[in-house]
Amino acid sequence: MSEKEMELLTKGSGEAEQPFRYSVGRWGSKFLIELRDHKKLLGIRCPKCQKVYVPPRQVCSPCFQRMEELVELSDKGTLMAFTIIRFSFIDPETGITRPVPYGYGFIKLDGCDNSFQHFINIEDESKVKIGARVQAVFSEERKGNLMDIKYFEMIDD
Amino acid sequence: MAKRVAIVGTGQTYHKSKRLDVNGVELIHEAVARALEDTELTRDDIDLVIIGNMDHFEGINYVDMWSIDGSGGFMKPTIKLTTGGTTGSTLAIAGYHMVASGLFNKALVIGWEKNSESDTTAAINTAFDPIWDRLTFAGAIGALAVEASAYMDDYGITERDAARVVVRDRKNACNNPYAHLRKEVTIEEVLSSPMLCDPVKLLDMCPRSDGACAVIFASEDVAEKITDTPVWIWGTANRHLYSYINDVNFHGLQSLKNASMELYQKCGIKEPLKEIDVIELYQPYSFGGLLWLESMGLCKEGEAPKLVWDGVTDMDGELPVNPSGGVIATNPIGATGLIRCAEVARQMMGKAGEHQVPNVKIAISTGFGGCMWSDILLYGKDKPY
Ligand SMILES: [Zn+2]
Repeated sequence: MSEKEMELLTKGSGEAEQPFRYSVGRWGSKFLIELRDHKKLLGIRCPKCQKVYVPPRQVCSPCFQRMEELVELSDKGTLMAFTIIRFSFIDPETGITRPVPYGYGFIKLDGCDNSFQHFINIEDESKVKIGARVQAVFSEERKGNLMDIKYFEMIDD
Repeated sequence: MAKRVAIVGTGQTYHKSKRLDVNGVELIHEAVARALEDTELTRDDIDLVIIGNMDHFEGINYVDMWSIDGSGGFMKPTIKLTTGGTTGSTLAIAGYHMVASGLFNKALVIGWEKNSESDTTAAINTAFDPIWDRLTFAGAIGALAVEASAYMDDYGITERDAARVVVRDRKNACNNPYAHLRKEVTIEEVLSSPMLCDPVKLLDMCPRSDGACAVIFASEDVAEKITDTPVWIWGTANRHLYSYINDVNFHGLQSLKNASMELYQKCGIKEPLKEIDVIELYQPYSFGGLLWLESMGLCKEGEAPKLVWDGVTDMDGELPVNPSGGVIATNPIGATGLIRCAEVARQMMGKAGEHQVPNVKIAISTGFGGCMWSDILLYGKDKPY
């Protein structure tokens, strides 16, 4: 058989699963528990540069400074940048094709210095604009993960 | 005192969406064999191998071991590096550092990827934080689309402006025999291609390729004996900023801004647009071909579209960008940053064939990846002081 006609094979990895279980850590757990139990969003303040971060984490990277002071944030904010995901791909978290389209926004929560990324409601696309005011819509049944926020919706504020 | 370091030869594979004719190791060997041929060196002359890719695309986690037949690393010091999209440029910087140390004379640097072997976006997602980033994250395309949305809002940039970048790169790729996508496209074709993530459409985005690249770095003690046209590394800089995508400020590529400023200062570049002859930009999407030129200080913020429309970055312009066709035409991810380096070297050696820019004396290649991270390298035809 010549090179051109040669049959070339591939081998699949099969349907094997390799599940992981990740530690959320002290500050992340506080955020998710507060979200689950009280529908509240927490940030953390750097004692050196005074920046407030969401989600709370141990270290302010630019200052390389440990943070301790939790700050309650508003569930309202401003849409800083966004896209609408229209192409589909395999979600490595679930192994299934992620449903599209969905809105993906970067939200500056009132009282916070960095952004929070989450789903945004795109039912009325004409309202989805940079600078729009948004508010978190919480899930009825909350389990202590990021899906306890359903999405952020555009509001008149 | 550090040794001066030059690139003395390069090799690339032919890139395609699926190279089923070779497995990963054979693909790597194809690039290595071409680099050795280019330098007329043999494997015995090499005293260090540095190899890199992004493990999660192939799901093979110990590539320095697995690839040894193809890399030529048998019974040699072999190092593996992975830094996401910047892998290829990090490899080049590492080759420079290792040879500059004086401990190695000739380093063989290899980047490769077989993107056909998995879902690229799914694999990229696994590089991001499982608790905070992955729920909504949609790989490079989603993150870059967010950057584009902010850029359009800041300066009134249009999708048509971005399409002009694609037209340039796809045209250039037709003159590069190694490029993956070798077919010209029009502005209208770019604008009417399927929307992936607003405002980024299919033709605004790089492809996924199978391919490999190898570059040989040599110290000043041997470089001029190996080739008459050594390509000297004048300097490098890199910035790895954030871990969470939440923290990124999407107004300009901060990492590239900082790295460029450091590099220009180190190399005495005062007017980059005038002094640099060629740039091979790691530009995975069209809008990056505008915004990131601004981040590199080639023009004022918001003015890159004018630069591109005026033809300044075309093959016959003042500063050709991506004569090879760039990442928009060819993207085997772990090799992509190293291909930028190899393409600059080919330009400076006068080996670029149909896509040769005349008289290249100073050039730049970049790398992009991770959480909006940047690498940058500056090369000169003249030996640095
Ligand atoms: Zn701080």
